Amino acid sequence: MARLIIEAGRTERQYWRDLWRYRELFAFLAWRDLLIRYKQTAVGVAWSVLRPFLTMLALTLVMKVSKLKGDGASPVPLFVFSAMLPWQFFSTALSESGTSLITNSNLISKVYFPRLVVPASSVITSFVDFLIAAVFMMGLMIWYHFTLPPPHQFAPPWNVVALPFFVLLTFGASFGVGLWIAALMVKYRDFRFVVPFLVQFGLYAAPVFIMTMDIPDKWRLAYSLNPIVGIIDGFRWCLLGGANALYWPGQAASLAGVAMLIVTGLWYFRKTERSFADII
Amino acid sequence: MSEPVISVEHLSKRYVLGHQAANGDGLRHALQNLLLAPRQWLSRRRERRQATHEEFWALKDVSFEVPQGDVVGIIGRNGAGKSTLLKILSRITEPTRGRIAIEGRVASLLEVGTGFHQELTGRENIFLNGAILGMSKAEIKRKFDEIVAFSEVEQFLDTPVKRYSSGMYVRLAFAVAAHLEPEILIVDEVLAVGDAAFQKKCLGKIQDVSSHGRTVLFVSHSMPTILRLCKRVILLQRGAVAGDGPAEEMTRKYLSSGTDRAAERVWAERDQAPGDDVARLHAVRVRNAQGAVTESIDISEPFEIEVEYWNLQDRIKPTVSIHFLNEDGVLLFVTNDFVNPQWWSSARRPGLVRSRCLVPAHLLAEGQFFILAALCTYNPDRLHALERDVVSFQTVDQHDLDRVREKYTRVWPGALRPRLEWKVEEI
Repeated sequence: MARLIIEAGRTERQYWRDLWRYRELFAFLAWRDLLIRYKQTAVGVAWSVLRPFLTMLALTLVMKVSKLKGDGASPVPLFVFSAMLPWQFFSTALSESGTSLITNSNLISKVYFPRLVVPASSVITSFVDFLIAAVFMMGLMIWYHFTLPPPHQFAPPWNVVALPFFVLLTFGASFGVGLWIAALMVKYRDFRFVVPFLVQFGLYAAPVFIMTMDIPDKWRLAYSLNPIVGIIDGFRWCLLGGANALYWPGQAASLAGVAMLIVTGLWYFRKTERSFADII
Repeated sequence: MSEPVISVEHLSKRYVLGHQAANGDGLRHALQNLLLAPRQWLSRRRERRQATHEEFWALKDVSFEVPQGDVVGIIGRNGAGKSTLLKILSRITEPTRGRIAIEGRVASLLEVGTGFHQELTGRENIFLNGAILGMSKAEIKRKFDEIVAFSEVEQFLDTPVKRYSSGMYVRLAFAVAAHLEPEILIVDEVLAVGDAAFQKKCLGKIQDVSSHGRTVLFVSHSMPTILRLCKRVILLQRGAVAGDGPAEEMTRKYLSSGTDRAAERVWAERDQAPGDDVARLHAVRVRNAQGAVTESIDISEPFEIEVEYWNLQDRIKPTVSIHFLNEDGVLLFVTNDFVNPQWWSSARRPGLVRSRCLVPAHLLAEGQFFILAALCTYNPDRLHALERDVVSFQTVDQHDLDRVREKYTRVWPGALRPRLEWKVEEI
């Protein structure tokens, strides 16, 4: 028979085993969020495609109006969208997982399960949106392959095989930040207002309209400390190639940043988790 | 006695009050925090914490053991620490001090339908709720038909639960929980909802669980339910164990806590008495035929239930309603002081009012009875105060003469025992 000891500060020992035991709950929560997402909407799942499409239109317009050239070779919509792809995943995942504990507060105060399940399942939900947007990106690439006259025909470089790595990196970054925000928001609801700011300003801080190459060399490494910079660079390198070269010190900085976010996020989340039910 | 499956040693839980109230969640704070330098922000936080340092011990040094297969009731007034104890036992929150050792799989039911989502269908919610309560997908699939049958909502399985009636909702939610099959079941007041027939079914299910050698910890405000389900009861008072023993003894102790007897409840302070700005309860008493406050009523004599309350408004007409319940929790009857026509038509002035309900001799059977007292106004209908199990009394059938049972000495069944007139003739 399973023996359970409840003591102040004791939960750590059973925690990781419990996390495994509750792996199905993790899937169920993600499944629930997907199910309810488009209930009672007229166009339903089409929103998942409409959203990235409209964003792409708007951003392309911004690029054209401000006479930005992107990387000079790839079609402008592809240039923007290759950055929007990870950015939207990152921003929705971090805002969804950031608010996830609050929106599930009835669960937190009434049943036990490792709380880590909640923000993690929100990241999964956002990942589904990412996949839909990725399919849209593929469509866009095929479109430019067939419609542009030779020799401008668009074709993705071989680097594309490295894409899963950068997807994983985005996963890590949004999970790390999401953990921090989720745990902080339980105590300080202020973060409900901070997150939209982060997302809004982040778009301009991220190299969506520009290439990281355009940043002066002395600032470039500092700029790359923002993990999303390395991620966007990586996505462009994989999807567009050409002038979008990888900046290795920047990549290393991004990787280190993501690792830091996850480790400290887990640490802070675990530290505050035991009091969630008391203060939520 | 078998080995204890739950042993609680010196359990204490401290809450720090006021912290959250001081830490506002308004937009102003958000902007301030955004604009202020991080160092300032940190120091402000520290100040705030110091300014609102106030402790509250929800549980103080609680110890007890529960052997396997026992059904133990936990009772206590609001704020006595019952919910905190259950929350610690179900690992929702951590104790501040002390230790609990539990042998076996625990399922706790602090609320029916935790995690039910309004937009999802009944079928989807069964899976979701099951997973939240700790069941595996395979387990839910295996028991799915059983759950649906128990809940009696087959036809609405593919309807979103937001379109369910509250009864259907509760039935479905309890059905999922009832099929958890844990070794230890922790239940909070979940049976206070749902209709009587379904409540009975749920109680039956809990008895069923315990008869299979499983351990049940059961919190309830309903003394009749506690008496019916539990042999042993733990009484909590202000976070500490005030009593631990046979159910009858503990429920009596609970009912009489505050005053010296279960037959009387008095709220001396008007502002702390149950009620609102229209009416507040002052006292409820059981008096025998001689006018003495007593918990032992002779079946062959009339007695009174006396309710005193503060009438706080001019012209509004509060009325007293009394419910009689037996120890199975069955509501025997309800009576209301507006049946007195003079009182009902009289003008009301603020002040203390005493309503007495005269119960005739030879009405109730032998046993324990519980009174629910309420103050309400009608047209529009409003409830101002409601106290369950406010007083209780036993009826005894002790006179040799003048009784229903005459010379029959074995169990006389029935909730009521009226002395009815019989006409007998030879034909």
